[in-house]
Parts: sequence; structure tokens; C-alpha cells
Amino acid sequence: MGYLFIAPWLIGFLVFVAGPMIFSLYSSFTNYDGAFTMDWVGISNYRRLFTTDQYFMISLKNTLYFAVFAVPIGVAVGVVSAVLLNQEIPFQRFFRTVFYLPKILTGVAVILLWMWVFNPQAGIVNTFLRFVGVENPPLWFASPEWSKPALIIMSAWGAAGGMLVYLAGLQGIPKQLYEAAEIDGATGVRQFFKITLPLLSPTIFFKLVTGINGALQYWSTALIVSDGGNGGPSYSTLFYGLRMWKVAFTESRMGYASAMAWVLLLMTLVVTAVQFYVSNKWVYYEGERR
Amino acid sequence: MASAHFENAELARSRRLKTLRTWLWKGLVVLLLLAISAFIVFPVLWMLSTSLKANEQVMVYPPVWIPRPLVWENYAKAWTVVPFTRYTINTALYALAVVLGTVLSNSLAAYGFARLRFPGKNVLFMILLSTMMIPGMVTMIPQYVLYAKLGWVGTYAPLIVPSFFASAFFTFMLRQFFLGLPEELMEAARIDGANEGWIWWKIAMPLSKPALATVAIWSFEGAWNDYVGAVLYLTDEKLYTLQIGLALFRSQSDIYWQYIMAASVVVMIPVVIIYAVFQDYFVEGAAVSGIKG
Repeated sequence: MGYLFIAPWLIGFLVFVAGPMIFSLYSSFTNYDGAFTMDWVGISNYRRLFTTDQYFMISLKNTLYFAVFAVPIGVAVGVVSAVLLNQEIPFQRFFRTVFYLPKILTGVAVILLWMWVFNPQAGIVNTFLRFVGVENPPLWFASPEWSKPALIIMSAWGAAGGMLVYLAGLQGIPKQLYEAAEIDGATGVRQFFKITLPLLSPTIFFKLVTGINGALQYWSTALIVSDGGNGGPSYSTLFYGLRMWKVAFTESRMGYASAMAWVLLLMTLVVTAVQFYVSNKWVYYEGERR
Repeated sequence: MASAHFENAELARSRRLKTLRTWLWKGLVVLLLLAISAFIVFPVLWMLSTSLKANEQVMVYPPVWIPRPLVWENYAKAWTVVPFTRYTINTALYALAVVLGTVLSNSLAAYGFARLRFPGKNVLFMILLSTMMIPGMVTMIPQYVLYAKLGWVGTYAPLIVPSFFASAFFTFMLRQFFLGLPEELMEAARIDGANEGWIWWKIAMPLSKPALATVAIWSFEGAWNDYVGAVLYLTDEKLYTLQIGLALFRSQSDIYWQYIMAASVVVMIPVVIIYAVFQDYFVEGAAVSGIKG
């Protein structure tokens, strides 16, 4: 009887996940073009990725650049927002609604919104920068140096909506701890670092793991933001996923793109494993002796 | 006497100091919140403002925040340049089908994992959890090959059919919720001779409205906003979704930002309304699952 209930998942898993993945692993060792050619080529796809494919390295670097900035900023924005929203202050409900707004406003529309906000001539950002005296404000999405920072700012905006999970974590911290600390004369800052952060660390860890995995897979925004979805200007928004997308669906090199996919999967697994390993050192679980 | 009086005064002063400190702190918190709120809200206001501007006002310096006159025709114009009405119908039908499939299939699987016993359950559940780690990009290419072989490319089938086969994330979330339901109710029904299908539909589902609403909202939002899947599988212009429509519209009318913003506002509105209507359900579900947010 149980199998009948889980059948939707089990069949879906076999047909849409496991089967395709085996096929993908096999085709990563071939020169599959999505149609008729599918000859075994051994590890040459993988060798090419790490030796001669400059776009692979560019896309990897872009993705790491994005992850290194977007993930910590996202966590910081989320934690700070949640701590502030957890205080007893007037208009609390109003503020929470505003902070949740970025989670609700999504899709292509939001990307277009930011393209207009960062518009070099008339966008609100450059208008402000000129107003405060910056003579040549960045060209943002039209500039190789500033296109990624613009995307990181976008993602920080979205991260404000991530505060809800931290807020739930904060509300699970017993009030008595703060009262005891108050009596002992601990300052607010000290309370934050000695009580709030340690007890919030499982939530932060969870968001770090999902955040880093998300950042490694970040690319679809660049499909809209860069001209013609080419990852420009000067390949500055050619993220790993975008490169894969182009190799697979524009150039029809499915075998080569599959090799990229498996490299991504391995990277994801390694990064996650490392995080779990390191987490013993800083994540605090209740009931655990330290 | 004198010393007691002195102590009282001291106490009162320290209490006053403390209230002063709390007020200062609260003031600081509110100021910070206002600053972040401004960062969040300004881009949105900028979009709304632009969407109502006459062409001459879009690019002027200093920028105009409250357009004069308010050009509501921008909305009508943006909407008719590209067949957005057709795209809206397409997208709505597609999203509703996905919601139906997601809620049904995931709640079934979740009920199985939460409430029934069968050999291999734990192993299968571990497999389910581990599939959450697989990047979507890894399955995207072979799935495309599969759908191409099935002749589904160019139709909505690749976008809708998989939602009728439960996904790891939603199954996990609903399982957590189902685990919290009182066993006595189901046991009583079982003693009365009810089968598991009846218990799932008549007991588990009605008790899980907040969690189901959350799943429904997230899957609706996911389908409504899906650009990559739509652009990959839909080739016929008549079948396009709003997201493709918006992206196309942008590339066609690159300089007329008032129209682009007007169309963007309209495309966002349904999701905003759904969140507003189901807010309480939704926050409850998010707190229970504690996963996404």
C-alpha cells in the first residue's frame, strides 16, 4: 500500500532523475550532438574542459566571484534584518511586509526592473551617484567590471526576503537566556555574539549550504541581462550554467555539456561535504556538550 | 533614613537611564529598518513611477518621481503591442495545472513516507533527500533529450507532466507536516474500516491546509515565473508564456522603458495578490516547514 502512495515520487525519480542522470553520465564520455552522433570519446571531454577550454575557466571564475560576494552578503543581510525585525518596535508588521517584498516580486519583471534601475543614463542609481558628485558613474550591465557587482546588489536585495527563516530561528531562542545575561550585565552586542549567533548557527549553516549551492547554479538572470543572452559584456556574466546552456542548446554539443554538468555536480558535492565537515567547529546544536 | 532616600534616588536615576537607553536603541533600530526599507522599496517605486510617465519625462534629469500627467495609457499600449492577453491565459492555465499536479502528487508521496510502513522506506527516503542536492542543470540536458524523443518539445507537456510526479523538496516539506498530525484520528478511522486513500483525502488533507497552501503558492509562483523552462520548450509563438513575452517585449522596445515597466508591473500583480490573500496561511506554513523563505 505504501508503494502506491509514493509511486508518484518513485516513478518520477526513475524516469525524470535517475534515468536521465545515467544517460547524462554516459553521454559525457561521448560526442553526443542531440541527434545522431554519439561516439565514445573516453575522458577527452573532461580533459578538454580543464586544459584548453578558456570559456570553461572564465565561467567558473565568474561563478566563484558571484558566490564569494553574494552568499556572505546574503547571509549578513538576512541575519541583520531578522534581528532588527525581532525587536519590539512600532510598525513591526509593516516592516516585515516590506522586507518580504523581494521574495514576492520575482521573475523576468524584476530583472527588467533592475536593468532600468541600473540604466547608465537615466537609472535611479546613476542619477543618485551624479547627484552626490560622481562624474562618471559605472555603466553597470554594460561594463565588464560592474556587471557582476550589479548582479550581487540585486541578489542582496532579494536576500532581505530571506529573513523569515532567521526570524523563525530567533523566535526559538529561549527568552530566559537574555534575561540571565541582562542580570549579569552583558551588553547588547555581547548578547548578540554570545547568545544570538551561536543559537542561530544551525539556521545560518542551513542557509549557507543552500546559498552556496544556489550560487554555483546561478546563471538564468544573465540570460536576460546580457545582450542576446551571450554572457557579455566581454564574457563578464558568462556564468557556469549559462555556458552549459549555450554549449548544450545553442551549439548542440550535448556530450560536452553533460561533462560540464557532472563537473558541477562533483563540485557541489565536494563543497557541501567540506561545509558539513567544518560545521562541527562552529555550528551549535542544542543538547550537545561542548 | 537619609541613606535609604539616597538609594531610592540612585535607583530611580538608573531606571531612567535604562529607559533612555532602550528608547535610544529602539530609535536606532527603527532608523536602520527605515534605511533598509528604502533600499527595498525605492527600485519598486521607481518602476511604478516610470510606468506612468510620458515619453519626455522618462529620461529627464533631475528625475521626476510623481509623473505629471499620469499616463495610464502606457499600460494599455504595452499590453497590446505584444499579445499579452493570450500569454496571460497560457500562463494561468499552465500554472494551475502545475499547482494541481504538485499538490496531489506530493501530498500522496508525503503521506506514504510519513504515515505508512513498507520495506525499504528509510532507504528510499534517504534517496529522496539526496536528490535535493542534484543541481537542476544536471538533469536539464538529459531531460531535454528525453522530451525530444517523446515528441514533447514545442508543447506544454515537459513543463506540466513532471509536476504530477512528486518532487523531493515538496514531498519532504509535506512529510514533516504530516508527521505532526495526531495519530489517534487516523487510527480511529482505520478501526472503522477506512482505507488509507480515504484517510489521506478526508483526514490528512483537510488538516494540512496551511502546508498545502504553501506548496500551492510556491508551485504557482514557480510556474508563473519560469523563464528558462518556457524558453527551452515552447517554440510556437501562440503558446508563449508571460515571461517569454516580457523578455521579447524588452528586446523589441529597448528604449521605451515606460512601456516595459508597465508590462512588468502587470505581470507581477497576480503573484502579489496571491501572497496578500493567503498571507496568514503562508506565513504559518513557512514557519512550520522552516525551509524556504
